[in-house]
Amino acid sequence: MLTRRVFLKKSALAMFGIGTAPAWLARALSASEAPASRKKVLVAIFQRGAMDGLNVVIPHGEAAYYALRPNLAIPRPDGTANSAIDLDGFFGLHPALAPLKPIYDAGRLAAIHATGSPDPTRSHFDAQDYMESGTPGLKTTSDGWLNRALLPEKIASAVRAVSVGTELPRALRGLNEAVAIDNLNNFQVREAEAAPSFEKMYSATRDRVLNGAGRDTFQAIKTIEAIRKQPYLPANGAQYPNGKLGQEMMQIARLIKADVGLEVAFTDLGGWDHHVNEVGAHPTEGRLATLLAQFGQALAAFYTDLGDRMEQVAVITMSEFGRTARENGSRGTDHGHANVMLAMGGPIQGGRVYGEWPGLEREQLYEERDLNVTTDFRDVLSELVVRHLGNPHSAVVFPGYESPKFRGFVTA
Amino acid sequence: MRSALALLCVAALVPGGTLKTKPHVDYRAFEKKLTKDRQIVHALNRLTFGPRPGDVEAVKKLGLKRWIDWQLHPDRIAENPDLDRHLRTIPAGAFAPERRIPPAQYAQEKLYRAIYSNRQLQEVMVDFWYNHFNVDMTKGADSMLVPAYERDAIRPHVLGKFGELLGATASSPAMLFYLDNWQSVAPNSLAQRFLKGKQAPRGLNENYARELMELHTLGVDGGYTQKDVTEVARCFTGWTIDRPNQSGPFLFRPAMHDNGEKTVLGVTIPPNGGREDGEKVLDILARHPSTARFISTKLAIRFVADDPPPALIEGMAKTFEETDGDIRAVLATMFGSKEFFSEGAYRAKVKTPLEMVVGAVRATAAEVSATNALFNQIASLGEPLYRKIEPTGYSSMNAEWVNSAALLGRMNFGMQLAQNRVPGVRVEASRFSADPVKAARQILFTDPAPETLRAISDAAKQSGPQRAGAMLAGLVLGSPDFQRR
Repeated sequence: MLTRRVFLKKSALAMFGIGTAPAWLARALSASEAPASRKKVLVAIFQRGAMDGLNVVIPHGEAAYYALRPNLAIPRPDGTANSAIDLDGFFGLHPALAPLKPIYDAGRLAAIHATGSPDPTRSHFDAQDYMESGTPGLKTTSDGWLNRALLPEKIASAVRAVSVGTELPRALRGLNEAVAIDNLNNFQVREAEAAPSFEKMYSATRDRVLNGAGRDTFQAIKTIEAIRKQPYLPANGAQYPNGKLGQEMMQIARLIKADVGLEVAFTDLGGWDHHVNEVGAHPTEGRLATLLAQFGQALAAFYTDLGDRMEQVAVITMSEFGRTARENGSRGTDHGHANVMLAMGGPIQGGRVYGEWPGLEREQLYEERDLNVTTDFRDVLSELVVRHLGNPHSAVVFPGYESPKFRGFVTA
Repeated sequence: MRSALALLCVAALVPGGTLKTKPHVDYRAFEKKLTKDRQIVHALNRLTFGPRPGDVEAVKKLGLKRWIDWQLHPDRIAENPDLDRHLRTIPAGAFAPERRIPPAQYAQEKLYRAIYSNRQLQEVMVDFWYNHFNVDMTKGADSMLVPAYERDAIRPHVLGKFGELLGATASSPAMLFYLDNWQSVAPNSLAQRFLKGKQAPRGLNENYARELMELHTLGVDGGYTQKDVTEVARCFTGWTIDRPNQSGPFLFRPAMHDNGEKTVLGVTIPPNGGREDGEKVLDILARHPSTARFISTKLAIRFVADDPPPALIEGMAKTFEETDGDIRAVLATMFGSKEFFSEGAYRAKVKTPLEMVVGAVRATAAEVSATNALFNQIASLGEPLYRKIEPTGYSSMNAEWVNSAALLGRMNFGMQLAQNRVPGVRVEASRFSADPVKAARQILFTDPAPETLRAISDAAKQSGPQRAGAMLAGLVLGSPDFQRR
C-alpha cells in the first residue's frame, strides 16, 4: 500500500511533470536520512483584522500624519510614555511596544514599512487568504507559502511544521506534514487503552482527508511524548503575558528548545479591526494599545526565553492590509492598503526601518486614502525563505513571483 | 463564492505550469443516486444535528418526502416536551435586556434546542443564519443585545423571505453596534456640527456597508467597488441606536444622515430620502442576481458538499429569483435535487464542532442537565459559540475542521462522553452493545467502514465484558466515520 508521504511525493513529481522536476526536489529526495536536530526556525505571526500599521511604527516626522489623525495620532517623541518611542528620527514605536525597543537597539528587530499586497482587495477574508497562500489575486491555490517553504526530506520530523492553536491555517496547509497543537501538555489520547485503536482506525481509513491528519497526529504524539511530561519553565526570567499570544509563543519556544525538528511555526492574534475607539483619551489607552501591549510583551518574552537559541530563529509578523490614513468618524480607521511588518531574531539586521516611504500627502496615497505599497509582502517573506531557511526556490514558495527584491534585513 | 467553474476559468489565465490549481472537480458522483436506506440516514445527518435512536425508523414510517416537507414547516411539528422541560431550567428573565450575559450562559438555550427540539431543520437554519449574519457577543453592548437579535431578527425569518431577514438584521441594534454603523455620521451633517466632545462621532464609518455587500448579500466577487462601499455607507448614516448602553431600540436620526444624492451599483438614489435610502439599498441587494447565487452556494456548501455542482446552484438561484428570495422554496429545490441524494453528497461533509458534539449527545440519547461542559468542549474544538470575532462567521468547509489538535479533541470527547465523564451529561452505559457491529450501528445508524470495524473488534477482544460497551461507543464516537455527516 502506498503511504501518504510516498503518494504526496509522487504527486509532487507529477505536478511538476516528468523531466521537469526541479533540482531541489530531486536533491531532497536523495537527501540525508537524519534530520538535523538544531534547525533554523521561522516563526510567522498573523495579526488578523488588519492592524493599523501607521499607529504601530509611527511616521512622526511626517506632518500629514498629524493632519489626517487629529484624534488618533500618537504624539511626537517627547520622552514620556504618552508619545512615540523614537527609532530613527522619522519613525517611532507605539509606546505600548516599549518592551521591543531594547531588541531594536540590540540590532535584532527590524521594521519593514509600507509593505503589502499588489491586490487591491479590502476584504479581510480574501486578503488573509492571499497572504497565507502567497498568491495575491489567485483563489485557486489550495496550499500555503509556509508549507511550500519546507524542503522535502526523506525522514521528516512529525513536528517540523506546527500551528499553535485549534486550527491549521491556510499558510501551513499543503503537501508537507503540518500539525496543529493547542497545548503540548494535552496533546495525547487521554485514555491509554483507546490510543492504539484510534491510531489503527485513523491510519487505515480510506477517508483521505482524515487519514492524513490522523497519521500526522499520531506521529506527532510520539515525537513530543518526552517533552510533554516535563514541566516547562521559561529561561532568563522571561515572563509571557496572559492571553492567547503569550501562551502560544511559549509553546513554540518550548518546541524549539526541545530539538524535535521544528522548522516553521505559525500563530495568530485576532481583534485588530479597529473601526471604533482605536485610541482612547490617551495614546496608551484604547483597543490598539491594549492589543499591542500583549503583542509586544509576548515577542519580548519569547526573545528573552530563547536566549542564545534566538541565533537560529527568525520571527516575522504580518497583517492582511493596513487601515485608512485618515481617521474615520468614530475614533477608528477603516480598511486600507499598506502596513508594517516586524522581523526579530538572530539572523535579522535590525535597528533599522526598511522600505521606501511613500508619504502621506493626498497625491501620495493609494486611491487618495491609504498608505501606498512600496514593498511586496512576498519580497519580505522570500528573503526569509531564501536567506534564513536556505530554500533557494522562492518561485516555488511564491508561484508566479519570479524575482523578489531583497531589502537586506536578513543576514546573508 | 468559489464555484468550481469560476475556479477553472481563473486557473486557465495563469501563465506557466507550476501553479497548483484546484484539480478539475469531477461531478459524476453527483449523478449516482443513493440507496433508499442511505437516503434516510443522509437526510437525517443533513437536516438535523444528527439522528437519535429511533429517528431512522420514524422517518421510514412517515416517508422521507413527507418528513422533509414536515421539517420545512416547523409550525406543523409538535414540539418535544423534553425541550420545554430543559428550557424551563433556565431562570425566567435570565436573558432580559439590560443584562450583560456571558456567552456560556446564553448558549444553554441554543444547545438545548439543538439537542432536544423536534423542529430540527429550524434549529439548523437558526444556526446557519446567525452564523451568516454573525454578531460577536463579547463586543461591548452586544452582550446585552444578542438575545433579542437572535429571537426577533433571526429566528422568525429562517425559512421566510431573505429580504425580510436582511432587513431585520440591518435595523437590529445588535448588528448596528457590532459593525459600528450606529456611529456613522455624514461628514457635513447637522449632528457633526452640533455634537460636542472628543468621543462624539464625526464622520462616515464604512464597516457595515462593506460587510453588508461582501458577507451578507452579493459576495466578495458580486460586482461592487470601493465607491459603492462609500455610497452605501452614506445611505445608512443615521441608522443608529437609541441609548446603546441601555439596550435601546433602533432609531433613525435625521441629523446624522447624509441628504445628498447617492449612486449604488448604478442605481441613483435621489437626495433627501432619509431612512428610505437604507431601505432602497437593502432592496437592491436582496434582489440582486449575485445575492441569489451567493446565498444558494453557501446553502449548498452547508447541506450538500464543499464543491457543489454548478447545475445545483443554478437551480437554487433560479428559485431564489423567482420567489423573491423565499428561503423555504430554495431549500425545497435543494432537497428535491438529484445532487442532494447522490453518492457525491453522501458523507461528503466533515462535522463542525457544534455538529459533532451535539450529534454525539443525540446519538447516545444522553440526558443533559447542564450545558457548560458541552459549550467548553465545542469552544476547545475551535468553534466558541457567540464568540466569533470576525463578521465572516465560521466556515463549513472540511479543511477548516481537520487538524491534529481538533481530531485528538474529538477522540477524547468521544471516550469521555461514553464513559460518563462529561459533567452535566448522563449516558446510560448499559445501552451500548458489546458487539462491535451493533455498537457501531448504534452510534452511526449505518455500517462502519471495514477499517473502523477491525479496530473496534480488536479492542472488544481486549476489553473486559463489563467495560466493552462504553469503550466501543467511545471509540466509534471518536472514529473517522463519526466525524462525517
